[in-house]
Amino acid sequence: MAKIDLNNMDDSFFDVLKELGNIGAGNATTALSQMLSMRIDMKVPKAELLAFHEIGDAMGGEDQIMAGIDLLIEGDIEGSIMFLVELEAAKKLISIAMGGMPVEDKPEGEPPFNEMEQSVLMEFGNIIAGAYLNSLSTLTNLKIVPTPPALCVDMLNSIMSFPAIEFAELGDKMLLIDTKFSDDLDLNGYFILVPTLEAYEKILTSLGM
Amino acid sequence: MGQMIKVGMADLKLCKAPDKITTLGLGSCVGIAIRDPQTKVGGLAHIMLPDSTQIASNSVKAKFADTGVKELVDIMVKNGAGRSRMVAKIAGGAKMFAFNSKNEMMSVGDRNVEAVKKALGALKIPILAQDTGDSYGRTVEFDPATGDFLIKAVGRGQKTI
Repeated sequence: MAKIDLNNMDDSFFDVLKELGNIGAGNATTALSQMLSMRIDMKVPKAELLAFHEIGDAMGGEDQIMAGIDLLIEGDIEGSIMFLVELEAAKKLISIAMGGMPVEDKPEGEPPFNEMEQSVLMEFGNIIAGAYLNSLSTLTNLKIVPTPPALCVDMLNSIMSFPAIEFAELGDKMLLIDTKFSDDLDLNGYFILVPTLEAYEKILTSLGM
Repeated sequence: MGQMIKVGMADLKLCKAPDKITTLGLGSCVGIAIRDPQTKVGGLAHIMLPDSTQIASNSVKAKFADTGVKELVDIMVKNGAGRSRMVAKIAGGAKMFAFNSKNEMMSVGDRNVEAVKKALGALKIPILAQDTGDSYGRTVEFDPATGDFLIKAVGRGQKTI
């Protein structure tokens, strides 16, 4: 079985994860186009390993407000997958999904999204993460079952502490998969796939690496 | 006017008055601010996990409550702080995602807070104030001159503990 050291990761492994992202993106676009009734293209321009203190700068600022949708992974591999977008992009997505109705600003002390808006965001994350996991499952022949999504709208670093802590148990770096939406929808998002160390090994072994 | 020193995730730094020190967006991580009120030498650590002895990849001391607290105290002592005068304030340790799961990752915030208390207790450093737990992120700013620990959270304003 392949032995993984997250602090000294091989380039070919990134290429695989990036490619998985692109295949998953292809799957997700169809579902998203239907959900939002628009043409959407989605690409994964890069996958990178970052030290924990580099996360903030790489994603637009440690205290920037973001929306993170997280799904836990069960089955043959365990871990979690998260999709993150900026607050303004999240508002845009919700607005499009709800037929162009703008997302109203909420009073101080209340959550930035009401229940309806939250479920739209979670569904969005569900589709994208599900598509990524599907392509991973198909390519590796591993059974991958995501749990229902959970949402967190807060400062980037606070949201990222969840996957980052999981990565911290494995090493001193975290894997970030950039996602770029284009065509009718123009926005950036990020994926964070956090398999456990055994899961990494299972994925690589299944891929014959 | 002093400067604002920034501490990242799994990071720790020294700070002497009139400088202040900050870390942004503590989620399940815990921020530990320590100072010696006499010399005004202080410091801040941003730890991610409770226990370095449970993890193979443990070379980064600031990643863990046990080694992070000890490292910060050692650096402060080297820079003129008195061990016996040190006092601490802590913040963070939230639960950011409300999953219905028994996975021990879900309680890492609570475990981080407990581990920080244990590490400070072992060094006999009293905790003067804390703002921990709940389900939201916190940005903190520490002033080693006064001991003020400013906590900011999205949509909740700010407070000093």
